[in-house]
Amino acid sequence: MEHILTAIVFTPLLGVLALFFINRENANLIKTLGMAFSLLAFVISVFLFLKFDGTNPNMQFVFKILWIESLNISYNVGVDGISLLLVMLTTFLTPLALLSSWNSINKSIRNYVMMMLLLEVGMLGVFVSLDLFLFYVFWEAMLIPMYFIIGIWGGENRIYAAIKFFIYTMFGSLLMLVAIIWLGYYASTLNGGKFTTDVIELFNIAPTIPLAIQTWMFFAFGLSFAIKVPMFPFHTWLPDAHVEAPTAGSVILAGVLLKMGTYGLLRFAIPFFPQATFEYLPYVAGLAVIGIIYGALVAMVQPDIKKLVAYSSVSHLGFVVLGLFALTEEGVQGGIIQMVNHGLSTGALFIIVGMLYDRRHTRLISEYGGISKVMPVFATMFMIVSLSSIGLPGLNGFIGEFLILIGAFKSDYLGTPAFSILAATGVILAAVYILWMFKRVMYGKITNPENEHLKDVSKREIAVLVPIIIFIVWIGVYPSTFLNKSAASTKQLIEKIEHYKSGNQAATTVGK
Amino acid sequence: MNQELILILTISNLLIPLVSFLILIFFGKRLPRGGDVIGTSLLFAMLASALTVMLSKLIIFPDEVIQVSFKWLTFGNVPFIGQLDLHLGMVVDNLSAIMVVVVAIVSALVHLFSIGYMKDDIRYSRYFAYLGFFTFSMMIIVITNNFFTMYVGWELVGISSYLLIGHWFEKKSASDAAIKAFIVNRIGDLGMFAGVMIIFFTFRTFSFDAIFSAIASGQIPMGSETWLTAAGILIFCGAIGKSAQFPLHVWLPDAMEGPTPVSALIHAATMVAAGVYLVARVFVMFTADTLMFISYIGAITAFVAATIAITQNDIKKVLAYSTISQLGYMIMGLGVGAYTAGFFHLLTHAMFKAGLFLGSGSVIYGMHHALHHQHDHHTDPQDIRNMGGLKKKMPVTFWTFLIYTLAISGVPLTSGFLSKDSILAGTLAYGNLTGHFLIPVIGFLVAGLTAFYMFRVVIITFFGEHKDKHRFELIHESPAVMTIPLIVFAVLSFFAFYSFNPFDATAGWIYQLLPRPESVVPMAMQAASIEIFGEAFHHAHYPAMFLSLAVAGLGILLAFATYYWKKINADAIANRFSGVHKFLLNKWYFDELYGFVFVAGTHAVTRIMRWFDNNIIDGLVNNTGSWTVAFTLGYKEQWKERTLSSSVYMTVAILTSVLVGIFSSSALWPEASGFFNYIGAIAGGVIAGLLTLFGFWVGAGGFDKYVVDGMVNGVAYLSGFFGLVFRKFQTGRVQTYLIFAMFGFMILYFVFRTF
Repeated sequence: MEHILTAIVFTPLLGVLALFFINRENANLIKTLGMAFSLLAFVISVFLFLKFDGTNPNMQFVFKILWIESLNISYNVGVDGISLLLVMLTTFLTPLALLSSWNSINKSIRNYVMMMLLLEVGMLGVFVSLDLFLFYVFWEAMLIPMYFIIGIWGGENRIYAAIKFFIYTMFGSLLMLVAIIWLGYYASTLNGGKFTTDVIELFNIAPTIPLAIQTWMFFAFGLSFAIKVPMFPFHTWLPDAHVEAPTAGSVILAGVLLKMGTYGLLRFAIPFFPQATFEYLPYVAGLAVIGIIYGALVAMVQPDIKKLVAYSSVSHLGFVVLGLFALTEEGVQGGIIQMVNHGLSTGALFIIVGMLYDRRHTRLISEYGGISKVMPVFATMFMIVSLSSIGLPGLNGFIGEFLILIGAFKSDYLGTPAFSILAATGVILAAVYILWMFKRVMYGKITNPENEHLKDVSKREIAVLVPIIIFIVWIGVYPSTFLNKSAASTKQLIEKIEHYKSGNQAATTVGK
Repeated sequence: MNQELILILTISNLLIPLVSFLILIFFGKRLPRGGDVIGTSLLFAMLASALTVMLSKLIIFPDEVIQVSFKWLTFGNVPFIGQLDLHLGMVVDNLSAIMVVVVAIVSALVHLFSIGYMKDDIRYSRYFAYLGFFTFSMMIIVITNNFFTMYVGWELVGISSYLLIGHWFEKKSASDAAIKAFIVNRIGDLGMFAGVMIIFFTFRTFSFDAIFSAIASGQIPMGSETWLTAAGILIFCGAIGKSAQFPLHVWLPDAMEGPTPVSALIHAATMVAAGVYLVARVFVMFTADTLMFISYIGAITAFVAATIAITQNDIKKVLAYSTISQLGYMIMGLGVGAYTAGFFHLLTHAMFKAGLFLGSGSVIYGMHHALHHQHDHHTDPQDIRNMGGLKKKMPVTFWTFLIYTLAISGVPLTSGFLSKDSILAGTLAYGNLTGHFLIPVIGFLVAGLTAFYMFRVVIITFFGEHKDKHRFELIHESPAVMTIPLIVFAVLSFFAFYSFNPFDATAGWIYQLLPRPESVVPMAMQAASIEIFGEAFHHAHYPAMFLSLAVAGLGILLAFATYYWKKINADAIANRFSGVHKFLLNKWYFDELYGFVFVAGTHAVTRIMRWFDNNIIDGLVNNTGSWTVAFTLGYKEQWKERTLSSSVYMTVAILTSVLVGIFSSSALWPEASGFFNYIGAIAGGVIAGLLTLFGFWVGAGGFDKYVVDGMVNGVAYLSGFFGLVFRKFQTGRVQTYLIFAMFGFMILYFVFRTF
């Protein structure tokens, strides 16, 4: 069992190797193989999900082997409740993303499928790494395939977007690298000269850093994650990247990549530097709330559907960050489930926009109108996904937003319900921009003659959206299936953090 | 019949409409007749089951509260709170048992009516599917025993209303109205959400029972009575949205864009009554201040809407404003403490207002078909000015419509008389007890206005001459599927179903089975107690009855005098008071006000935000990029493009380095005082500035070329230089080397001697 995570992470890599031996002209075989390997990863991860013990708050399926001896760096992987759902989300979305771009990618298809699989390896690696160095390697490695996906298969302005995406996120992660090295060095001063980047060890060591230095470390990690999330005001790479990326790229970008930022905050920034977290938590939450409202307001006036959805991500991820920094069980649980929700609903929205784009080759809202009439099945699925995105009860978005708002409302750390109340206005604004967009695209009379003979969704397209919709409803009606997996880990995290609140410098935990 | 069976039947009441929805949405098109028979018969099955539940509950267990809950989410043992679980569940008490029947009757009959009305619609089966979904959502609200599922149902009826208003989404007005309804409702929901948060924050539970008993035991939010009042008002905001109360009433008239049976079901009888139901459900936790707020909101709504209704010419718009006004009545009734009267009016109003809407649907159906025959697509089939004389052509519609109108006007022997009279008696009692006499005054005024505008519609629509002879010939009575529901609702508008004494509602079963519940809020904040209020209510009964009869009679008389006998010229009055008339015709300009303040305001803000995002935030990112380029290439290269940002950047950087130079040189050389200090500082500043300027001009590339590479080259040059010098010593003579070696040794000795 201990190799199951390794198997999941590297199954797509096997796919990449296999693809080297396939003739680059044989497009169908290439796509089928890509699908097969990513589906295999999904199947193994379902097995992982079933085997995962939700009552155990600690890391499970841990596998550790020394890698770089002199620096005590090891290949160390494991999952707990927090990362499990994100691993699932990754393996679930990748095959769907590949399937969604089945016919729309025609340029050097073999490289494309290889890039997608490499991307999956990188993302999975990020979520399972229990060694900061390993984490950093995956974190950076994943940038490269994404850079090529945007830069080669993207839209007109793809080079600008790809470079902006790469440099912006790279800039943040360099600061994190410095912080990682400093952490390892600091650990060595306590450990009798033994440099370490082991996450589990650092959970106990890092909080003992004096507040002044913790602040710097918190910001070094935090900035890197904030750019990735992206939090206001570090979000401008996102609309460009989304608009230019091909559909599958956008799906993965919104669905999984952004979660790496929020995951990083929850996994590293908060538990490593609890005192700094307490100190700066109102500001982070404030930025999150600004992001919620600001993202929604800017989304409202975008003429381009993809840009609208991109800005809505800024708004939705503001909710996630608010939930995480509420540091209450409801808030953090809501944040985790909202990461999954956003992956599903926004991923599905990008797939839907991609379907429209495949038919009309434009993303401008004004080019559409009255589509419901010619594409009724598409309209129904679009409606369900939109409703999920605006947080309608019975669908997934509501569960996340509700838990987050409760959590933030009663959070002692935030201190005031104002954050929660202001954030709740984002729910109204979400209804405005999504329904208004839906109305302009789908409702009304068909005014543009080019829209009169659009084909309704094909079987392949239904096969892409239906699995997502199933989970949208599942989480909406019975979220316990998923929340139970993350409950124990969340609780342990909250209790640890709680512990540091009472003792100021928390020297008590050294040697624990 | 035992309690388990009641619960099972109630659950099936919840699930039957959901089943109908699922069957019709997935297989509707493949079923014969679009599945309308299946949907309708399922709803009638639900009606039968709902009636069984109500009768057995009221007869066998009149005093019990039957509840069931299950654990839905668990957070385990949470610090400071203890075990935290979210339970969901349902409750069957007298209130919900009666309400289920109201929902089931109206929904079943609307299904039946729609078979006729919606015939040949392009999305026929989808329409029936949405009706089922709505009924399901409404059932969630009715049978829930906690705020959480209440909120869930609250939003779900909102979305079903959105889908049904937008049924004919090809019409821009329909899709606009759908969005407006959903968003205005969400604004109200936000308030409710905040209220529920305060409650949850305090009591850690959503369950009504647990919350009420906690309040009764003295636990209140933040330990402050103001917070309890605030929580109550916030929760009531949900009702303001859903029940279209002032100031969020603007969505309901627009919602008339939906098919008329939908208006009957959702926008008259059930969904909009959900707000009233909510107030009744959580009535016991409202403080006296909250209740006063509620009663004033209700009174204002009733008055504003009634005045608008007088001037409208679209038959559905009149009914829409009438609905708002009557909902205001119910809310006012609950607010003043006439709990039973408020809910009673919900019940009677559901019957006659659903009837009125279906009746108007029947009229519109007749008009529409006649116009269709004439190929007339300009005449509005909903404008009462195009109607007239329909009495002869549509007798069933006319007589039933007349009965509903009598009921809504509060004429004796009708159900409306009973319930309206109770509310008015309640307001009068409230006025007597508290001195808030504005509320009973508005109450009676609105009663008169209601009688007037409803008879105005009846007279203009059904009496007199039809405008177009040819069209008149083409109009005929609607089919039986449409007239049967009309007859059923008309029958249900008689007093006998509610009280055997046509002049005293308190003798009826409603008053017996739904007495006002005991308040749980602290004594000091309670409104007048049941005994005191009951006493005042009893005294107010006869004065209220005679007064209401008088105003209703006056209203009807005025309507006849104006529109039937034409003794009063309505147009002349409208011209005389053209300002007031225009004000009312334009609905008090609420839409314009909101359009200006909120819609245009939001647009302006979003535009500013977009500019800010593109130019400031993203501009900063992109400029950092171009500055970096400027920094590497040097300003020499950038000068060719002369962008503003790089010039600004350079100027700022040079000024900064001049300042840094000045400060650092005076800091480094503090002993030098006076004149030399200035010289040093200025020199430092100038040097730093020049260096920066140089650095900028040549850029990092230039810096690399001149300075870094210059140093490398310099080292090479220096070594070359030393090489040249030392070559001189390469004499080849051993003696000279020996002297140098000794020299070197001596120097090294002196250097290292101290160690």
